[in-house]
Order: sequence, then C-alpha cells, then structure tokens
Amino acid sequence: MESITPSNLFREHSDSRAVGSGRGEWKYRAFSYLVLTVCALTMVVPFIWMLSTSFKPEKEILRRNFFPNQATVDNYSEVITETDLPLWYKNSFIVAVFSTISVAFFDSLAGYVFAKYQFPGKRPIFIIFLTSLMVPTEMLIIPWFIMSSNPPIGGTWVDTYWGIAFPGVITASGIFLMRQFMQGVPDELLDAGRIDGVSEFGLYWRVAVPLSLPAIGALCIFNFLGNWNAFIWPLIATSKSEMFTLPVGIQLFSSEAQTPWNLIMTGASLSVVPLLIVVIIFQRYIIEGIALTGLKG
Amino acid sequence: MATSHHTSNRANADKRFRWTLARRKVVWAYIFLAIPIIFFAYIRIYPALFAFQMSLHDYNPLAAEQPYVGLENYEKLIDELNKRKSPTKAAFQNTANYLLLGVPIQLCLALMISLMLNEIRFMSTFYRIMFFLPFVTSTIAIAWVFRMLYQPRFGLINVMLQLVSLPQQPFLNNPKQALPSVLSLVIWQGMGFAVIIFLAGLKQIPRTYYEAAEVDGASRWHTFRFITLPLLNPTIVFLLVLQTISFLRMFAPVLAMTEQGRGGPLDSTTTVVLRVYREAFTSFNMGYASSLTVVLFAFILIITIIQLRVTARRIN
Repeated sequence: MESITPSNLFREHSDSRAVGSGRGEWKYRAFSYLVLTVCALTMVVPFIWMLSTSFKPEKEILRRNFFPNQATVDNYSEVITETDLPLWYKNSFIVAVFSTISVAFFDSLAGYVFAKYQFPGKRPIFIIFLTSLMVPTEMLIIPWFIMSSNPPIGGTWVDTYWGIAFPGVITASGIFLMRQFMQGVPDELLDAGRIDGVSEFGLYWRVAVPLSLPAIGALCIFNFLGNWNAFIWPLIATSKSEMFTLPVGIQLFSSEAQTPWNLIMTGASLSVVPLLIVVIIFQRYIIEGIALTGLKG
Repeated sequence: MATSHHTSNRANADKRFRWTLARRKVVWAYIFLAIPIIFFAYIRIYPALFAFQMSLHDYNPLAAEQPYVGLENYEKLIDELNKRKSPTKAAFQNTANYLLLGVPIQLCLALMISLMLNEIRFMSTFYRIMFFLPFVTSTIAIAWVFRMLYQPRFGLINVMLQLVSLPQQPFLNNPKQALPSVLSLVIWQGMGFAVIIFLAGLKQIPRTYYEAAEVDGASRWHTFRFITLPLLNPTIVFLLVLQTISFLRMFAPVLAMTEQGRGGPLDSTTTVVLRVYREAFTSFNMGYASSLTVVLFAFILIITIIQLRVTARRIN
C-alpha cells in the first residue's frame, strides 16, 4: 500500500474526480455550485457580521442594519486602550510560541527515536505514550489544578506562562506523526553519518530534521492554532486578568450586567482576523496537517 | 594461516563495533526520550491515576481534610441520574442529544459537501478555504458571534426572519430551542474538519473503479452506493469516533452562549464537562467532579475499543 504523505494525499489532480466528467452532467454541476455557494455563504456570514459589528458605533448595535451607517474605529481604540486585550494578545502569543517550539523539538526527537532506534522497552513506552491520547483533557484539569497550586518546583504555577503552557509542551499525536514521517529517513544516510563520526544528536539535527521539515512545519502550524484557541485549561490556570489568554479574556469580557456587544465583537475580530489571514496564506499546509493527523490542538 | 587469522580478527572487530554501536544507540535512545518519558509519567499518567483516586475521596481543596469515601461519589451520581430532574441528569441527557443529533447531521452534510467539492475544479480551493475557516477559529470568539446572531430584535437571524415576515424566535432564551441553537454552532464549526478528512478519503479511492462503473453504465447513485460508500468506510468510522468523542467533551460553546455560562435556560443546554467545571471550580466538589470525568473517560474508552475492534475486523 502506498504510504500516506502530504504529496500523494493532496495531489492536485484527484484520481477520483473522474465521475461524470465525460458525460457533461451540467445540471448536476450547476446544482453542486448552488449548494456549495449557499453553504460557503453560511460559513462566511458570521465572520462578516462580526467585523461589521466591530465597526458600528454603540448606538447602532441594537439597530437592524447589517453594515454600519457611520463606520467608526472607536471600538478598537476603546478595546486597545481600556481593556487588557493587548496583554491577552501577548500572553496568547508567548504561550503558543513557547509550546510550539517545545513541541517541534521534543515531538520530532521522540518520533525520530521511535522510528530509528531499537532498544528494550520501546514498544511498551510507545504504547503508553499513545494510550495517553485516550485520556481526555477534561479528566486531567482537576489534578493539574491541584498540582499547579502546589508544584514540586516554584511557589505556584497558577498565573504563570509555564502554568498555562505545561500540558501542551509535548504531544503524543505529534510524536506519532513524526514517527510516521521519520521512518522515511534512509538508514544508509544515518549509517554513513555514523561512519563519518557524526554524533547521535547530530544525526537527528542535521539529517533527520532537514528531511522532515514539511511534517515539522505542519505540526508547528496547527499546534500554534491549537494553543492559540485553547480554552478550558487556560481558563482554570489563570485568575488575574493580566495573565488571561485571548479566549479566556473574551469569555470574561461581559462580567458586568450589560453585554458590551460592540466590544466583544471587536475583541473577537482582533483575535480571529490575524489568524485567518495566516491560515489563508498557509492553507495548503494546514489542510495537509489536519488530514494527516486528524487532530485538533 | 595468515588470511583466515586476518578474517576472524576483522569479524571480531566488526562484532565488537556492532555491539558497542547497538549499546550506544540504546543509551542515546533513552537520553533522547528522558524528558518525554518524565513528561508523560508526570503530566499525563500520574494525573489520570490521581483523578481516579480523587473520585474516591470527598475532595475539597479548601477543606482541611480530604476523607476517603469509597464509592460514595459514584452512588451520588447514580442517585442524581435516578431523580426525575437534576443538573447532572440534564447534563447526561443533553450530551446524548448533542451527540445523537450532531454526529449524523454533521457527517451527512460534510459527506455531501465533500462529494460535490471533489468533482469541481473551478474555485475549488476557494470553497475549501471557506469551509475550513470556522474550524481554525477560536470557539469562544465565534460562539459569542453566534450568541449575538441569535439575539431577539437585533440578532441577524431574527432580523432576517422579520424580513420574510416570519415570527421572531427566542432561540437561546427558550429551553426547547436553546440546545439546537448551540448545536448549530458546533456543527457549523466542525464541518470543515469532516470535509477535509472526507476529501482525503475520497482521494484514496482508485480511479479505475469509477472508470469500470462508467463503462458498465452505473448511475450516479449506484456508483456512490456500491463504490464510494464502501471504500469510504474507514474514513467514516474514523470520523464517527472522533466526532463522537468531541461531542462528549463539549464545553466551550455552552459556556460562551448561555447566561453566565450556566448551561441554561433551565439546564437545557448544560453538558457533562460543564457540570465537571461547575462542580469542581465553583462548588469545589472535586471528588464528585472527578467521578464524572471517570465516567466520561469510560465512555471514550469504550468508543475507542469498539473502533479498534471494527478496524481490526476489516484488516482480517
């Protein structure tokens, strides 16, 4: 069986696209485009509504117009100057970057070991790593919370970057993905390196990593996305507004009696739009990554 | 003899070299794996066992003692489920409703969309991006957008209903409509993921099957029923399991879309994980909350085992 790699999984000219191509079933095709367009609109309209609301002055929020009559950036200046949103942005960014770098390094290193080394205990260790995938995060948050309040090192992990990030610094799904990929690294190349006196770490760093860059890239991109959007653990691991990540901050925006819809939509726009732009630029790799691992975050 | 002596010497040296190399590799493997092993032991496995242990205690982090209570938390859970009405019972019922409605609807829609997407060329990348944008968006941010869309009077959906002279709907404010309203967001957001996986599955189906079907003059429906559907079976099982698990773990949308994140109105949208969150972090009944997570884990385990069975049978 052909192995699944991004290049054959996402070849532009699909093998199964042949159905009906020679029969000129234009009615079916027109129907497809109609349905797809309606569905695609359903996908985009909430985003446009979010953006449009973020540019409405407060008095227009309760009106029925879709687009603002008098567009304003007041909401943006208010959110940036009068809330902690810039801090949440910074926190989300630091946590996501830190986790992603750690995941890229440790997951690929562990994947490399499982793909290329023979050692006693390899199978049980690998199985234990994989089994941990079955344990839902929701089961671990309560023990993590207890551990964070009373950790082995440091006073408390609550309201620290490490405290938010630690559950995600190594991922079993990433190790599994990297193992699949690293199996494609030729043994001859590694042995040649050994004869030339390259250290074992050097073999990983200078042979295995460069050959697996596409997979590491995909891993990084959607690990970043997963951490950026992570919610349940950051919600519990933070108590001070200065330490919130973006999703936690947005959730706790409306603590007052009234819901400040224009500000929430502005915060949502600010958290979503830059990411959407990045996603559109890298869409190919992200789709590949999602299809390869089938995991979110 | 000189030559044989020479050969055996080389073989010895070779053997020694191999032996030391093998041993060196074992040592390096463990050095490389040291931090991941510590991580998984301490951050994944120990807390999982800790959760089991907590579920056997009356665990309140603010209390001085955490007394052992045996299976009392589980008994309490069964009591709650046997009551005519209780938040925990509502949580389990709603989670079942989300799952039993959400998974089939989501998979059918996604399959339909991906079959269509698979056959078009013009603008196909554009459509793909449209469908997977919601999936990469923060659930909390987009749940607040949906909450606004559902608002009475100024919410976009009610505005549109009024445009076509239909009666206004309460959506999130009505115990009957709230669950489908939340569910719509979850289906909307998860659709792109299922579409991507279906498209990957469709590409694995060899073209020759379709050519043969075309030669035989098979109708579109027959081609789908007897070629696409059976060959897509592994993808369907994979998605069924993944989406079921993600519906079992539903939390953020309910927290964001209901009044003060309580899963209302009248517990009509609350889920198991929302119960866990509220029991553990607002009431500090961490023992009881842990017993709920153990039940959740048991469900996920059962589903995973069924999946492994089904997949193994197919290979045989």
